[in-house]
Amino acid sequence: MFKKVLIANRGEIAVRIIRACREMGIASVAVFSDVDRAALHVSHADEAYPIGPAAARESYLSIPKIIDVAQRSGADAIHPGYGFLSENARFAHACQEAGIKFIGPPAAAMELMGSKTRARQAMQVAGVPFVPGSSRGLSLVEAERMAGKIGYPVMIKAAAGGGGKGMRLVRSATELPSSFETAKSEALRSFNDDEVYLEKYIQNPRHIEIQVLADEHGNAVYLGERECSVQRRHQKVIEEAPSAIVDQDLRARMGAVAVQAAKSSGYANAGTVEFLVDSERNFYFLEMNTRLQVEHPVTEAVTGVDLVHLQLRIAAGEKLPFCQSDVQLRGHAIECRIYAEDPENNFFPSPGRIAKLMRPSGPGIREDSGVYEGWTVPLDYDPMLSKLVAFASDRRTAISRMRRALDEYFIGGIKSNLGLFRRILDHPDFQEARIDTGFLDRLLSSPSDDIRFEDPLEKLAAVSAALFVATLSPKPNGQNGASTGRAAMPSVWKRAARYEGVGDE
Amino acid sequence: MIYEVTVAGKLHRVELQKSGEQWRCKLDGVDLPVDAVSTREGVLSILIAGKSYEVKQESTASESNIVVGGVRVPVQVRDPRALRSRRRGESGTDGPKKIVAPMPGKVVRILTPVGMAVEQGQGVIVIEAMKMQNELKSPKKGTVRRLNIAEGAAVEAGQTLAEVE
Repeated sequence: MFKKVLIANRGEIAVRIIRACREMGIASVAVFSDVDRAALHVSHADEAYPIGPAAARESYLSIPKIIDVAQRSGADAIHPGYGFLSENARFAHACQEAGIKFIGPPAAAMELMGSKTRARQAMQVAGVPFVPGSSRGLSLVEAERMAGKIGYPVMIKAAAGGGGKGMRLVRSATELPSSFETAKSEALRSFNDDEVYLEKYIQNPRHIEIQVLADEHGNAVYLGERECSVQRRHQKVIEEAPSAIVDQDLRARMGAVAVQAAKSSGYANAGTVEFLVDSERNFYFLEMNTRLQVEHPVTEAVTGVDLVHLQLRIAAGEKLPFCQSDVQLRGHAIECRIYAEDPENNFFPSPGRIAKLMRPSGPGIREDSGVYEGWTVPLDYDPMLSKLVAFASDRRTAISRMRRALDEYFIGGIKSNLGLFRRILDHPDFQEARIDTGFLDRLLSSPSDDIRFEDPLEKLAAVSAALFVATLSPKPNGQNGASTGRAAMPSVWKRAARYEGVGDE
Repeated sequence: MIYEVTVAGKLHRVELQKSGEQWRCKLDGVDLPVDAVSTREGVLSILIAGKSYEVKQESTASESNIVVGGVRVPVQVRDPRALRSRRRGESGTDGPKKIVAPMPGKVVRILTPVGMAVEQGQGVIVIEAMKMQNELKSPKKGTVRRLNIAEGAAVEAGQTLAEVE
């Protein structure tokens, strides 16, 4: 096993990996940019080194800097987390050249799956079902011919794409030329590669993905599915495992295809095969993500395995410690991605200082967080703060457990999307699992019920607002004119101190 | 102490009087027995007729709310006796109201020049941050009295950008 692992990432996923290292007796090395000196992952790690300015290009995306820190600190492996360099085959090569183990698949498998068109070709050869369309980059003329053949609506997609960039839905032939050009230029700007291809558009599909795990000795298993249909602009918002529409038979068929996809690409370590599933429960290969997914905790909850532990063991050359028949699913898990953004204001990012943080706990609640009270969320990176996971014996209980946890959760000082989750979880379609990738957009475009404050709540708000002012210690500028002084409630502060002393978590 | 509290646009008069460990409280002239303790800064545990509420105070650069469970109630408090507070004139819909940048960014467009009449909720300034554009709206019906920034200016969170009276 490795002695020391460098984590080439930040935020909650860096903390998650550092925790796994600690549990396995492996020393951890954090890297941080100028704005992340006080970040949680730095405090949690055994060692930490600066890698440059806030701009990711000059820090978390700088291959030479990260390799240099790994060598200087004597790390024998690098875990890339997700995002940043996690799917960068050049980085995997650079690690190899430096004699450092990259915790992930071989560079060749990353290169293959990193190109959507090449992946499609390989999957075609392997007999994996995929959405009708082209398996290579197209010119406009070719795209028009192809769209005519498979029928509108169609999707134009960037070959190097991801995260919804360079994607355009085209409903008719007249829209095609302009959408084609927009997708191409967006692809060029986002990925430095303007290759685009075309697929039949599946109406209201579900997004269901299979977690696979392969060792470096040719063994591979699938660990069930995750339903990730609650999305906004192709970004997942809520994930759950298992999917309400996947039964034993469908799971076995999708799992077999996913394992086949992994094996045919020479895959090793953790990976995810994404599928679109139509209303008749036909499934189509979408893409393979060659890294640990954000939503991996829901799979951990229902399978009982620790995916990061297994990633480390596989990368160290161990064989998979179990076979397919050992994998049993139990219960139901739901994850909410908590972001510093304002759902009431077009999801505008809301970085800033977290003035107050009250976290849920209790039965069946797991939180993978990268923040703490007093931390200032930098505006330089993805505004995800935390992932909240609720686990229970069945879906209905998991939903009410999540609902309860959200009520306990409070983030003050910045805006968050906590309120959005309440809206989703309370929606009858979500509760009945009638969800597809258009669910959230429909929910957001429907008029939100004008929140009517009930009388007791309005009274309560009025009284407590006054109480807050009355008990506030006076500010130097006399703001709010509070004159009662700081000792207004002496015993209370004693109580507060005792409460704090007990500590949260 | 008497406070004027605007809750979701409705004005309430709250009288508070300290009596031992308890507060004597009158809401809009009616006695309301309230047992309130502060459990930590910005958080109150409130008991009203046996019902328990954990109430959080939330203030961002641009607004202040009272949060109970998942419900967020916008509030504004004014102490009528405090001169400074009156002069600041930030509560209610009387007097000049400020438009404050909710986060650091860049002013990309000014939609209403000084002197223009605006409705409550009408867009006044568009700022951009993290590649997203955000329309800042007028807090009241009135006239744009002042613009502190020009198009292209970089702004800080909490900076006053404009005033509407």
